[in-house]
Amino acid sequence: MNWLIEFFGSAEYWSGDDAIPLRLLQHLEYSFLAFAIAALIAIPLGLFIGHTGRGAVIVVVSANAARALPTLGLLVLVVLLIGVGTLWPVLIPLIALAIPPILVNTYEGIRGADPDLRDAAYGMGLRGSQVLFRALLPVALPLILLGLRLSAITVVATATVAAYVGLGGLGRYIIDGLATKNYAEVFGGAVLVVLLALAVQTGFTLLNRVIVSPGVRQVR
Amino acid sequence: MDEPLVRWDWIARNWDNGGPTSVKVLLENHIVMAFVPVVAGLLIAIPLGLACARYRWLYQPTVGIMNVVYSLPSLALFSILLSVTGLTQTTVIIPLTLFSLAVLIPAVVDGMRSVPDHVRQSAVAMGFQPYRRLVSVELPIAVPVVLAGLRVAAVSSISLVSVGALIGQGGLGYLFIDGWQRQFYTPIVVGIVLVVALALVADLVIIAAQRLLTPWARRRA
Repeated sequence: MNWLIEFFGSAEYWSGDDAIPLRLLQHLEYSFLAFAIAALIAIPLGLFIGHTGRGAVIVVVSANAARALPTLGLLVLVVLLIGVGTLWPVLIPLIALAIPPILVNTYEGIRGADPDLRDAAYGMGLRGSQVLFRALLPVALPLILLGLRLSAITVVATATVAAYVGLGGLGRYIIDGLATKNYAEVFGGAVLVVLLALAVQTGFTLLNRVIVSPGVRQVR
Repeated sequence: MDEPLVRWDWIARNWDNGGPTSVKVLLENHIVMAFVPVVAGLLIAIPLGLACARYRWLYQPTVGIMNVVYSLPSLALFSILLSVTGLTQTTVIIPLTLFSLAVLIPAVVDGMRSVPDHVRQSAVAMGFQPYRRLVSVELPIAVPVVLAGLRVAAVSSISLVSVGALIGQGGLGYLFIDGWQRQFYTPIVVGIVLVVALALVADLVIIAAQRLLTPWARRRA
C-alpha cells in the first residue's frame, strides 16, 4: 500500500517522459496497432477457411504454435534479427501472437454453425457470400468476439513484456523498476497493467452485449 | 549479419558446464516451475469443478472470476508477488497455478456435463452409491474433456515460465535474457526450441495418458 502511495503520489510519474498518461497512451497505441492488424488478417482468413473448408491445417498448426511459443524468446529473437529503430520489429511478434486466437475462433465459429442453418440459408436462395455474412456470421459472432478478447489480452500482456526490448508503455515501469530495484515503481506499474487488462476484459463483455444478436445469445 | 543463427559449439560447451546457468540446470528448473502449477491446478480444479457442476449457482461467479484471472498479464502478477515471495520459484509458480485453474475448472465442469443423463441414471439404477458413481462412472467419462483442458494448461504453463526470467526465475527464459544482453542468437534459439519441444513432449504424454485412461474410445475407433 505504501508503495502505491509512493508511486502514484510521486510527481516524477505525472510529467515528462515517464508520465503515467503518456505511458498508458503508448501502451494502448502499440497494443491497438498490433491488435487491429492481426484482426484485419485473421478475421477474413478465418471466415474464408471456415466457409470453404480450404486450408484448415493452418488453423490447427497456428493454434498449437500460439500456445507453445515463448513470447519473450520470440520477441527478443525478432528484434535482434531486424534491429531496433522503427516500431515494426516489436509489432511483428505482437501481431504473430495476436493472430492465432482470432483465426482459430473465427474458423470454429463458422465451421461449428448448425448445418441446418446453412442448408436453410441456401434453400432460401442466398448465395455463398450471403450465407456467410447474413446467416453464419451472426451465429459465429460470440466465438469470434471471444477470440478477439483473448487476442487483445495477449497483446496487452505481451506489450508489457516488450518493454524489455526497449518499447515504451506501462511495461517500462516494471522493467526499469526491476533494473534499479525500485520496487514501488515495479508494483505501481504492475497494478496499472492489471487495471488495463481488466478494462479490456470489461470492454469486450460490454461489446458482446451490444453487438451479439439477442436470438443467438438465448441459444447459448 | 555474420553471426550464424546457431553455434553448435556453444551448445556443447554450455549444456552441462556445472554452473547454475548451464542449459541442463535451466531445463530442470523450467520443468519444475511449469509442472508444479499444472499438477497443483488439477488437484484444486477437480474438487472445485465438481462443486460447480453440482451446485449450479456456483458456476457463473467462478467462471467470471477465472476469466478475470486469465486476463491478468503474467509479468504483472510476478511483479506484484515479488514483494511477498521474493526472488524464488514460488513467485512464478503461484500465478501459473492460477492460470491453470482458469483453464481447468471450466474443463472439469464441462467434463461432468458431458456425462449423458441416461448413463448417470443407469448407474443409479444399478445401485451405485454417489461416491462410487462419481469415481467409477462419471469421472472416467469426463476424462477426455478434462485432459483436453490439461493439454492447454500444460502447454501454456511451459511457455509462460520463460517470462519469469525478467524477475530472475524463468528457467530456460534466462537464455533469452542472456542472448539479448550479448546480442547472441544461439541461446535464444536453443531456448525457443527447448520450450517448444518440452511443450510437445508434455502434450504427447497427456495424449498417451488419455489413451490409457479411456480404452473404450480406442476400441470403438
